[in-house]
Amino acid sequence: MTNNGVLVDIKHLSKLFPMGAGMFQRSKVFVHAVSDVSLRIRQGESVGLVGESGCGKTTTGKLLTRLLDPTAGSIDFQTKDGPVDIATLRGKAMKRFRRRVQMIFQDPYESLNPRLTINDTVAEPLNVQGIGSLVEREDRVVQLLESVGLTPAHSFLFRYPHELSGGQRQRVAIARALVVNPNFVVADEPTSMLDVSVRTSVMQLMGKLADEFNVTYLYITHDIAVARYMSDRLAVMYLGKIVELGDTEEVLHHPLHPYTKALLSAVPVPDPLHKRNPVVIKGQVSKPVNPLPRCRFYERCPLADKFCETHDHPPLEDHGSGHYVACYHV
Amino acid sequence: MSMTDNILEVKNLTMHYKTRKGPVYAVDDVSFVVRRGESIGLVGESGCGKTSIALSLMKLLPDNAEIKAGEIHINGVDIVPLSERALRDIRWKQISMVFQAAMNSLNPVYTVEDQIKEAMHYHLPRMSDEEMNSKIDNLFRMAGLDPAMKSQYPHQYSGGMRQRAVVAMALSCDPNIVIADEPTTALDVIVQDGLLKKMRELQRQLNMSMIYISHDIAVIAEVSERVGVMYAGKMVEFSTTVNIFHHPMHPYTMALMSAFPSIVGEKTELVVLPGEPPDLLDPPPGCRFHPRCPYATSICKEKEPEFREYEEGHFVACWHPGGEQA
Amino acid sequence: MASATIQPVRVTRSALWRMRLELFWRGLKTNWALFSENPIGLIGLGIILFFGLLAILHPILMHTVWSPNIYDPVSGFDMQVPISPSPPSLRHLLGTDPLGRDVLSQLMYSTRYEFGLGILSAVITVVIATTVGAFSAYYGGIIDMFFMRLADLVIMVPLIPILIVLAAFNPVGMIELGVVIGLLSGFGGTTIVIKSQGLAVKVKPYIEAARIAGGGDFHIIFSHMVPNLMPLSLLYMMFVVTGAIFSEAVLSFFGLTQIKMSWGLMINTTQVFGYLLRFDTWYLLIPASLAITLLCAAFYFVGRALDEVVNPRLRQR
Repeated sequence: MTNNGVLVDIKHLSKLFPMGAGMFQRSKVFVHAVSDVSLRIRQGESVGLVGESGCGKTTTGKLLTRLLDPTAGSIDFQTKDGPVDIATLRGKAMKRFRRRVQMIFQDPYESLNPRLTINDTVAEPLNVQGIGSLVEREDRVVQLLESVGLTPAHSFLFRYPHELSGGQRQRVAIARALVVNPNFVVADEPTSMLDVSVRTSVMQLMGKLADEFNVTYLYITHDIAVARYMSDRLAVMYLGKIVELGDTEEVLHHPLHPYTKALLSAVPVPDPLHKRNPVVIKGQVSKPVNPLPRCRFYERCPLADKFCETHDHPPLEDHGSGHYVACYHV
Repeated sequence: MSMTDNILEVKNLTMHYKTRKGPVYAVDDVSFVVRRGESIGLVGESGCGKTSIALSLMKLLPDNAEIKAGEIHINGVDIVPLSERALRDIRWKQISMVFQAAMNSLNPVYTVEDQIKEAMHYHLPRMSDEEMNSKIDNLFRMAGLDPAMKSQYPHQYSGGMRQRAVVAMALSCDPNIVIADEPTTALDVIVQDGLLKKMRELQRQLNMSMIYISHDIAVIAEVSERVGVMYAGKMVEFSTTVNIFHHPMHPYTMALMSAFPSIVGEKTELVVLPGEPPDLLDPPPGCRFHPRCPYATSICKEKEPEFREYEEGHFVACWHPGGEQA
Repeated sequence: MASATIQPVRVTRSALWRMRLELFWRGLKTNWALFSENPIGLIGLGIILFFGLLAILHPILMHTVWSPNIYDPVSGFDMQVPISPSPPSLRHLLGTDPLGRDVLSQLMYSTRYEFGLGILSAVITVVIATTVGAFSAYYGGIIDMFFMRLADLVIMVPLIPILIVLAAFNPVGMIELGVVIGLLSGFGGTTIVIKSQGLAVKVKPYIEAARIAGGGDFHIIFSHMVPNLMPLSLLYMMFVVTGAIFSEAVLSFFGLTQIKMSWGLMINTTQVFGYLLRFDTWYLLIPASLAITLLCAAFYFVGRALDEVVNPRLRQR
């Protein structure tokens, strides 16, 4: 991979949360929510980040949008004037930077302020950033509402979130994210609260807008079937580590990491005649609290042996055509 | 079909909620049959009435809900007119339920054992303490839990274990029918896989009837032998799982199938179903699906289609089943 | 700005403020619909309106039918009444007090000040509690600790005794009293309630969305947290009014306030002249104490009804 066309370059990103720290004492116990994650996201592509709850995918999303400050590592974001490390931005520079990275949240019922009208919600980034005149802002809001399929737009402007359905609210949330013309959007489970028939149209809308607004997505989800349709590449996370990364279809059809294999064979298939492979891993997800210096998947892995026990977590290595796996036994 | 075969018969069930704005017909004229030892899936989007059916079957209705019409025969007895006292002999012993959120159906201040015992004391007052203890141990083993964990509190369980404990609780009085309302929605796929396997295994082992309720058609495809598809308070299609998935006849079922992503097979284009489910305070006249239906004609707007058996064991409520033009 | 291919819709711009007013009105109507379903709330509102009417009527009566010399609540004296206190008569509907002043006039005159006191202390409470609560919840840490310990301290010190001590040093008037009560309940229990609600609001995704939009701390606190805390603040306003009126009555009863006339003072006068425990002079005691009870209860009732409007969980359905 060259640096060409890379929009977000995540290097050795880590986030530790202290446990049981009081006002006057420092914690010695940490949850390694995200641990040494490196990932390059290219301009215009859509990367799916999948994993079970507690694997650190949402934390990664919050680090990329600087809702959380990373413990270590850098996030280089490509701009006209060369790469900028998101992790070190402060004050005015941070505020300006907010125009380039936006986020779509999981729960459309909670991500819109119930006391603000749709107009106020969508216009908020413009107002805070001081973009355009009042007239221009209003035109922009109307334009965005039309783009996300809330038509006629002016009939939505002065309604409150509780007057809209779940699908319509998520469209408003998408409009708010895109109103400042961002380059990069982190979508955290944007369709998991929606019904099947509504979900498809929101998925399609996001795909359409990606082209129209030239947006790069990081699509965070636990639903691998949805990720298949929303992402060009797939990254599988387990306990704060990316264990497998590659083209979506490649990962789905030829999973290499034992965890990915287990995860994929556990996904129910909407076809009663289809027979899934049995899930072979044991136990359940633990919390990465001060993890031992060995493969995070060691306790549950069917392939684990002495080598895995005595060596550090395996590095994420290329196994041909951009299919990266972190496992000693591939 | 003989009476003994059908452990549960629902006939023309109509249930509504009284609200500030008027009655909401959450379940409207729904009929279906569950055979002994069979697992049924009820699938539909939020607000389609699937949970309301479950609550009606358990007669655990909220204060503002009322069964307006219809019959629910469990082992041949209509439970609709029964008193709360008479229901005590039926609830848990003949029909029990695994609720959506295990966290909410377990009381955090009692141990899991105490909670199962309480239900058993109430429904099986003659059982001795030793019997009860060995029964609970047995239930825990059946649900795939360590019996040593029974004296722990719900918060000490993981999400998957909690849901297994709720399953154990539902089986405590040896019911013939168990309703599982979104039993795995809050769980991760690997845990979900384990729980669904366990439940299928138990169902076969105990020859129980199961009613799975879910919005996730992939889960329904895996666990049920026959499937009912609900839309806006109506049962629109009911048939074998293979029929529903490979030969759907109602346009809504057809749309659901083509809108649902899968990780296996060719990556086919997902089809968008336009619009949103109707407001049940003011459902559209005629067929409730007609505003979103690609095959709708004038009759769909005027007359409600009958829930009819078009092929052997394949019930559909549609004027144009399979999308054919009349 | 990006492509302007879509025709801008200019319907709304001309009347932005009118739209907002309309929205406000619509919100008010829905809330009224909810409120009006609660009989207790309506009774409370009725009582408040009744007292409001009394307050408004007093100056009108003083300027028309009531001669100030006779009916002035503080310095009035009726020469035609030989012995004071005198029982209710046509001239003095609720009789006269031991100093020969008209009881009804005193009652009506005081009403306005009771309202003033209640509203002043409630407004101070709400402004302080909402701001402090929002800041504490949002920033946490040292700020939160300081204000919460302060709140604990204020709660620990009982309101009425501390008011008595304060008044003993320097007798207080209505305004001072309102400010003190407002400060004490603003930094006390109300703050804790508002802050805990603030904690629930703080973790909502729309707060994160506002941060991602580029909003600073002040923007988030005042545009997102405070509007979501206001309904609760409003509710506590009602309870503060009740507390303020009651406290004033107690202090005045002990004669610790520098207030010309109030319901508490009316009872105080009764007590000072030794008529407190006599049935035959009921007209000295009952009107004022009934007024205190009713108005306190009324604000409390309205608060409870508002509670149901604000917290949908409490609604019947």
